[in-house]
Amino acid sequence: MSASPLAALFSREIRVARRIGGGGTMGVIFFLILVTIVPFAIGPDLNLLSRIGPAILWIAALLATLLGLDRLFQADQEDGSLDLILTSDTPLELIVLVKCLAHWVVTGLPLVIAAPLFGLMLALDPQALWGVTLSLLAGTPALALLGAIGAALTVTLRRGGLLMAILILPLAIPVLIFGVSAAAASFSATTPFLPPFLILCALTLGTLAAAPFAVAAALRHMSE
Amino acid sequence: MWKYANPTFFLPLVATLLPWLIGATVAAFAIGLWGAFFSAPADYQQGETVRIMYIHVPAAWLSMFCYATMAASALGTLVWRHPLADAAQKAAAPIGAAFTFICLVTGSLWGKPMWGTWWVWDARLTSVLVLFVIYLGLIALWQTIEDASRAARGAAILTLVGVVNLPIIKFSVDWWNTLHQPASVFRMSGPTIAPSMLWPLLVMGIAFTLLFTTLHLMATRNEILRRRARRLAIQAASGETDAQPTHRLTMTGGAQ
Amino acid sequence: MTASPFTFPTFRLQAEKLALRRGSRLLVENLSFSLTNGQALVVTGANGTGKSTLLRGLAGFLPPVAGQAHLEDGAGARETIASHAHYVGHQEGSKPALTAHENLAFWRAMLALPGLTSDLTPEAALRQLGVPQVADLPVAYLSAGQKRRVGLARLLLAPRPVWILDEPLTALDAAGQTLLTELMKDHLKMGGMVIAATHAPLGIESLHLSLGEAT
Repeated sequence: MSASPLAALFSREIRVARRIGGGGTMGVIFFLILVTIVPFAIGPDLNLLSRIGPAILWIAALLATLLGLDRLFQADQEDGSLDLILTSDTPLELIVLVKCLAHWVVTGLPLVIAAPLFGLMLALDPQALWGVTLSLLAGTPALALLGAIGAALTVTLRRGGLLMAILILPLAIPVLIFGVSAAAASFSATTPFLPPFLILCALTLGTLAAAPFAVAAALRHMSE
Repeated sequence: MWKYANPTFFLPLVATLLPWLIGATVAAFAIGLWGAFFSAPADYQQGETVRIMYIHVPAAWLSMFCYATMAASALGTLVWRHPLADAAQKAAAPIGAAFTFICLVTGSLWGKPMWGTWWVWDARLTSVLVLFVIYLGLIALWQTIEDASRAARGAAILTLVGVVNLPIIKFSVDWWNTLHQPASVFRMSGPTIAPSMLWPLLVMGIAFTLLFTTLHLMATRNEILRRRARRLAIQAASGETDAQPTHRLTMTGGAQ
Repeated sequence: MTASPFTFPTFRLQAEKLALRRGSRLLVENLSFSLTNGQALVVTGANGTGKSTLLRGLAGFLPPVAGQAHLEDGAGARETIASHAHYVGHQEGSKPALTAHENLAFWRAMLALPGLTSDLTPEAALRQLGVPQVADLPVAYLSAGQKRRVGLARLLLAPRPVWILDEPLTALDAAGQTLLTELMKDHLKMGGMVIAATHAPLGIESLHLSLGEAT
């Protein structure tokens, strides 16, 4: 009769996200705006844009992912849900993982799906489109999990968004390096695609395994 | 447990150690600086600019040593919940940031004659820059969260996350750097350094470590005193006279 | 009210030399007590004497500075209080964007204990709390008292032996307060336990713990 706790949590997260701020659409619009303003900054030269296109898409995805994350736990802290979640029998690490997964489905996945379209606007060739999309698919979960660490550390702060970015962006450098490298290698004649892509996958898997513990520890300590 | 957490034993210890530490630091700097500026020869390639190394390399060493100190304190904060560890960690962050900054500035000054430009996205410099940013983030976290013990635990978790992440960042930056290899990169020939240049470097390394120890002990002591002063102020404000809590619990049994 | 569908297994809540602090201030020190099935403990005290701190400590949100508190089942095995307790604090834990039904269904799934399930539906629980009409309304549209009742409905949906209630009468009207008293009486009759901090009398038989300044 009653659903499993984690399934119930997942569906609650998706519902809340859909009803507030339209869920992923806001992130995609932000992504679009970032991609739009870059040519205004560096000029409409398609050769240049296609060369740095993967980097633009990655930076935009990084910022769009972090932007929505500051409310990940704060909303639960403010309405008292976080306390109640702490009294659940389910390990907090799993709860964190499911919350991050739901957040990624709502905000990260739309970015991945939108990436090829925005790539076309930056004159990427088909191979590069594939490379960027694949690398974003493999890398954005790691960004969401790293961001969750920052979200948990700033859970009690009213305006924690900026601090969160300061704390988390340095930690996201490896993901950015290998994500952009994999994307760039996909259309380069000289560098192979697989090594950076596999390292990117390894980073995501490692973050998947380790970050929930850091997030759960931070939530326990910061919500006292 | 509450009694031990009160770091009264620490303050007399610092008072005893400090004069000796200050003396040792001054002596080590006197020998090290004399060695660096007068005894050691100028480099046959780099000339007099090589003397920046005697500041730059120890600062780089301290930038990492200080992070290690913070990581150890972070464990003390999270595992034993010891207020002394809180204070030690908080005190180390600005010192670490300062040494890292010195490392970056001297690296940049050294880079100008060597590379012909103030800044190069060299793997080593870039890694140190990231470390500097992480220090600043930790300090920002300390300053933003008002409750001291909560701030301590948040910073401790972030410090330990950093311990796991720093090697990955270093590896990534090295990888990134070989991918975008600049035309000419100056490499310091580590193990083949001449003994006449090595000993002042080692003495300077010791001097910097002593300086860090001295500053860190002083800063930790100041942090403890600052907290004590604040606690007294709160007690004065709430009309309490004793450092111990005056609350009593009484229990009246039975149903009514 | 409704007939009790079951009784809770035998257990004991034990606090041993508990010390708790909020920020840098030690508010509770050397507190020992023991409660068993069907007993209630009412905590009173002026503002700032540590009632909420004590309840949050018992619920496991604040680690004790010294001592400990735990549950002991009939066989003497120890368990945490948190995973067997309902905590009712100043916030309800309801998402404003979701309906009362959705919120309650979520908390039932999240907080239900294995072997202790209730066959109440969220609608039936809301009916027991006298607010059946709000089931399909987003919680954002409800009044403070209605929100409170929706929050309390989860205590019936996911039976847990220990109720930890911090000022449970807040925002409730007279009828609501009577209702809550009845619910607590039922819970105690089922072998449950209530620990409540309050300024107003709750109307249940209880042990009494007063926190405050030494005089």
